[in-house]
Amino acid sequence: MNTKAQPNPFDRPNSYVGRTLSRAGAKRAVAGRGRYTDDITSPRMVHAAFVRSPYAHANIIDIDVSKAASQPGVVMTMTGAELAKRCTGPWVGVLSCFEGMKSAPQYPMAVDRACWQGEPVVMVVGHTRAQAEDGAELVTIEWRELPVTIEKETALDPATPVIHPDLGDNLAFEKSIDSGNVDAAFDAADIIVEDIFEFGRHTAVSLEPRAVLADYDPGTERLTVHTSSQVPHMIQVLYARTLGIAEHNVRIVAPDVGGSFGLKIHSFGDEIAATAASMALGRPVKFIADRLESFVTDIHARENRVKARMAVSRDGQIQALDIDILAGVGAYSQYPRTSVFEANQILNITGGPYAHQHYRARAKVVYLNKVPTSQYRAVGHPIGNTVGESLVDRAAEATGLDPLEIRRRNVMADDSYPRMSAAGIEMQDLSHQACLETLAERMGYAALRDEQASFRQKGIQRGIGIAAFIKGTAPGPHGYYGAGGAPISSQDACTIKLEPSGGVICAVGVTDQGQGVDTVMGQIAAAALGIPINTIRVIEGDTDATPYGGGTYASRATAIGGEATYQAARALREEILIIAGALLQAEPHTLDIVDGNVVDAGSETMRISLAEIGRIGHFQVGELPNSLQPILSATRRFRLTDALYIFTNGIQGTYVEVDTDTGFIKLLRHWVVEDCGRVINPQLADEQVRGGAVQGIGGALFEHCVYDEAGQLQNGTMADYLTPMAGEMPDIDVAHIQTPTSVSELGAKGVGESGTGAAPAVVMNAVNDALRPFGARVTAQPMTPESILMALGKI
Amino acid sequence: MSEETLAITLNINGEDVTRTVAVRQHLVDFLRIEMGLTGSHLGCEHGICGACSVRVDGQVVRGCLMLAVQADGAEVVTIEGLTETGEIADLQEIFVTRNALQCGYCTPGMLMTIAELLRDPEPVSRDGIRAYLSGNYCRCTGYHAIVDAVETTLKNRLRG
Repeated sequence: MNTKAQPNPFDRPNSYVGRTLSRAGAKRAVAGRGRYTDDITSPRMVHAAFVRSPYAHANIIDIDVSKAASQPGVVMTMTGAELAKRCTGPWVGVLSCFEGMKSAPQYPMAVDRACWQGEPVVMVVGHTRAQAEDGAELVTIEWRELPVTIEKETALDPATPVIHPDLGDNLAFEKSIDSGNVDAAFDAADIIVEDIFEFGRHTAVSLEPRAVLADYDPGTERLTVHTSSQVPHMIQVLYARTLGIAEHNVRIVAPDVGGSFGLKIHSFGDEIAATAASMALGRPVKFIADRLESFVTDIHARENRVKARMAVSRDGQIQALDIDILAGVGAYSQYPRTSVFEANQILNITGGPYAHQHYRARAKVVYLNKVPTSQYRAVGHPIGNTVGESLVDRAAEATGLDPLEIRRRNVMADDSYPRMSAAGIEMQDLSHQACLETLAERMGYAALRDEQASFRQKGIQRGIGIAAFIKGTAPGPHGYYGAGGAPISSQDACTIKLEPSGGVICAVGVTDQGQGVDTVMGQIAAAALGIPINTIRVIEGDTDATPYGGGTYASRATAIGGEATYQAARALREEILIIAGALLQAEPHTLDIVDGNVVDAGSETMRISLAEIGRIGHFQVGELPNSLQPILSATRRFRLTDALYIFTNGIQGTYVEVDTDTGFIKLLRHWVVEDCGRVINPQLADEQVRGGAVQGIGGALFEHCVYDEAGQLQNGTMADYLTPMAGEMPDIDVAHIQTPTSVSELGAKGVGESGTGAAPAVVMNAVNDALRPFGARVTAQPMTPESILMALGKI
Repeated sequence: MSEETLAITLNINGEDVTRTVAVRQHLVDFLRIEMGLTGSHLGCEHGICGACSVRVDGQVVRGCLMLAVQADGAEVVTIEGLTETGEIADLQEIFVTRNALQCGYCTPGMLMTIAELLRDPEPVSRDGIRAYLSGNYCRCTGYHAIVDAVETTLKNRLRG
């Protein structure tokens, strides 16, 4: 039977795909019934606390834990050296797909040397967290301070200390791409615009910190870990390999996760340590990072300096783009996803919306005595988009074109796909032109420019920003994690089952952190099967209960996991119709499933309910022909085959007011038009975009991990590290252009990072638009009142 | 360091409770660890993020900045109690239908704060709602949906 000949289930009236449905998890959360890792307790549970390096770089001469060990309530201490003996070996955060990349071996806790302030050194386990912390205070460590390397600009100078002498220098990785003829294009250019852009470090600040509750049972040799994670299967294999346990004896459960944003796709030494403590003690060990620990151990991101220039013709055609990236990462490359993706993504996507042919980009990634950096929401895109879009605005200014018009002249045409970008990446199914015109309409662009001009007359400086973007979502198996040797699945899976009652269980490898992944998978499965949504239950976040998958990262859940779910549901539907056909003596292709019943295709005359199929298929199988063995379950996996990513696109607009006396920036309104392909749940898609945009705005205006010359983080509290508050954020208008991706039947692309990817670019463009009459410009993020006043020459 | 303790008696969500607590334990650790009321969350333990907001003697306070012993004799209401009384059932329903939460970690504290705004409802602009909520951080939603939910609930209540 050819199910593909059946009508597209998404186009049916009242299809669950394309419909706003509320999330089941939301009802629990509003009643205080969410269940996060720290809410879970186990009999005999003890708590871990850590002594962390107070220095950015120092040798450990001696550790004395005797006072801590004799403290009331302390059950164990473990040094980094003791933990190392319990590990199968050090981690090395390199991937073979990044040619020439190098990183030093790293144990979960510092062994004889600490390389960043906050690196765990000694673990103390106590009956309560307070008692464990009491013990940790009594650990004495003799340190010998070492010179620190904290400025990326000088990290490769011969006079700068090399953090890991065995590596030879502080260079983690370098890469360049060159489409050819870039110098010639610049030589012939009418106009060249150039700038140097600075991007400060920031970090995820999930409101729920990292959390782990490890429970090793020596009797069965089973390790069960509840942890706040986006990627249970990756954690399973890492814990198994690092701690020397059979992988099938490790169960990872991600209960409710209180925010993640890419933070919780990584591995952290203190979590491994707490798990090792559980194995050593044979009892449950809990570790919950406090906020200061989070600031000095959660992965950081973004620290980059980009020197860039753009060649443009007098009529506003972009002719060439040339960028030079310097990324400052931490003391080690984060295992296993590495610390070089951000720079690599800047290479991939800068200038990506445009049809220019000549592109050259070089990236150097250098080690610093700071917290390791790695993937955080929209990896590299906020930087690449800011660089590209800022230069496009400079080009508009130089050519006298309106910022919207210059983009109109340069974006890839909607009818030009598939095509290659200047960076050498295949682009397909994009809609820059449709997004741009939709944005202009929704902003009331012309009227807004008039309003801006009238405010200028009154001495009020408002700015309008525009930023087009591309976003790599749902990475495929080529060139990245799996291909580079990391135990990370780029495919995902769904196992779907018809239960005797006619209810359906749908277990998926992708995970939910509040986006509504479970709701969306349920909608896809219900639509594909033809059943009421309340007869389906989605299971995620448990390696014992779900098929193997990569989990949720890189905006992949709906695009990859959703297609696997769609295919699994269609396969189950096919089997149900075969069984129904046998029972009804009908050809399966003449039957259909609508609203939980098998019906005659077309007339929708009721024939048999799914509850009957379930009952017969499980209990009264004698009613079926001997040749028909019901399975009533299907597993399907999905991966990209040829594509590097499923690229999405969109454009953002924003309207700001800059107080030129105080340097304060007020966000007035914000617009996003994006193309995530087929939208499954409009409300959830909108809210992903809004939340993502605000996270990007945070990076543009507030968020900054500030280090002093000694490598000490200066702002490790939420009072000092600023994240967006309700009062400072604007309302955000969201619209979607839907160009289904041609790589799947579902047609969904990723959406979760699109807001974040271009918000910093659009806010910087708006601020500079406001400052334009003063001949002032900012090129560093975060853009603080101080930086505005400096740009204006007022301080 | 031996832990100094004190006996306290307080009313939590309508039930009288007597417990001996460590004098250094803050109110939300007490509620979460000793009383199993895990709806109140800890985000920063510096009084910034608002995830630990609970009601003490009618006022919303940062549960991480108050010691449990300071609640001796007090009436404490957590999200669990507030839910059971039905005081904010309308707000909770609109939070769900408007998807005014994602991970849900900030939500109980956010709802405690909004409950205060709704107690004697009067018209408040969107900017006013935003200002009122600025002591409760949300990292997921970008706040727009939360402002929508509060605005709708407020309008409904004012309409009576």
